[in-house]
Amino acid sequence: MRVSYYPGCSLEGSARDYDESLRAVFDVLGIELRELEDWNCCGASSAHITDDFLSTALPMRNLEIAEKENNDLLIPCMACFNRLKSAEKAAIGEIKTDVKTSYKGKIKIKHILDFLSEDGNLALIGRFVKKPLTGMKIVSYYGCLYARPPKITDVTDYEDPRSMDKLVNILGAESRPWSFKTDCCGGNLALTRIDILKRLGNNLFDMAVEAGADCIAVACPLCHANLDTRQKEISDEYGKGYYLPVFYITELIGLSMGHSDVEKWLRRHLVDPIGLLRSVGLM
Amino acid sequence: MLLERNNRSSFIQEIEDKREVEISSCFQCKKCSNGCPVNFAMEIMPHKIIHMIRLGLKDEVLKSSTMWACASCETCTTRCPNNIDIAKLMDALRQIATDSGFDTAQKDVPIFHSAFLSSIKKRGRIHELGMIGEYKLKTGDFMKDSRLGWEMFKRGKLKILPSGIRGRKEIRGIFDEAGRRKRS
Repeated sequence: MRVSYYPGCSLEGSARDYDESLRAVFDVLGIELRELEDWNCCGASSAHITDDFLSTALPMRNLEIAEKENNDLLIPCMACFNRLKSAEKAAIGEIKTDVKTSYKGKIKIKHILDFLSEDGNLALIGRFVKKPLTGMKIVSYYGCLYARPPKITDVTDYEDPRSMDKLVNILGAESRPWSFKTDCCGGNLALTRIDILKRLGNNLFDMAVEAGADCIAVACPLCHANLDTRQKEISDEYGKGYYLPVFYITELIGLSMGHSDVEKWLRRHLVDPIGLLRSVGLM
Repeated sequence: MLLERNNRSSFIQEIEDKREVEISSCFQCKKCSNGCPVNFAMEIMPHKIIHMIRLGLKDEVLKSSTMWACASCETCTTRCPNNIDIAKLMDALRQIATDSGFDTAQKDVPIFHSAFLSSIKKRGRIHELGMIGEYKLKTGDFMKDSRLGWEMFKRGKLKILPSGIRGRKEIRGIFDEAGRRKRS
């Protein structure tokens, strides 16, 4: 099986751990990832906040390239996924746009979570689990833009998505139910309104603890940045002693496979997960 | 009460006709405001903003902090019973405020987005370190997050050298076209 892969800008920098673990896991699964030729930034929130034309034209260029490559297009970032899906809806006439395009909508645009949780791929992952993540209690955090708005994302269970929970369970960990799956982490306010970000982060950590989780699974570079890199600050500000390692879902899959690069990925986190993994005998 | 078409304020016409966000069907159920995760940071709630637009209170709306606190999480848009795209309304308000040079309540946010877009325009991709550097230069706030930056650097999470795509000309063309449309 071969798929096109649109990493997005964060995965070249602050989310290298996500990119490295994703490529490693796909390699083990025997799924060929072909990085989209000469892809460009989707424009993210900055484009749609600033200019409607840019917000559609920037992602559209990537869809045109992907259609030529004629594979399904996989996207690891929620914001990129949302922007490329939005361009798709514009191209097929579901959203009004001034952007002219040759894109016909012939390929499927999928977030990594959707792809990995498809029945066949879920079973495939299950077959590679060598070290079940027994003892880990995980809340799946989907964030905003994977599911919302459903007219763009085509996600049907948008108030209570299940794709990541299914993955967590197949790895042998315990997926804890909670009601903050799709609550906001502050997203693009990461560098500008840190006051807002901290309060949202504190809510999420509080609820994760209440749900009985000892860590959080994410599938978005910005969710990871906001919850991992800011966790200590949030903890200090609210006088809490949070210790909730934040894992990319692909890191968890790699861990369950017994992949030799796991430590390299996890050493990049600010909230060091090694202590937790030792406590449950996974390291 | 829906205002009649020919009796609308020029502000609502700007929002509905030019920016293409229909808001007239709002019946003030407050679902947007109650479900908003950042409502604590808004001095005027989103449902009130909609009503104020209908009343033509342009200055009051544009100087509010509401749209600058919005995190674009799309909860309001998803849940509105009248299919009003409130998140898009917040985009429109930010665009009107910045395009018209309005003295906005929150200056750092537009500066951040402009630094972000200028990074794309130059290389076709975001170079995080360069983009953050430009943002810091323009806001003059170098100390904020410097410790965090160092922690990320140590862990190899900051890419030092930028990479450019081959299709930079195409990207420049997209930005030029966007600029022409904005001026026309």
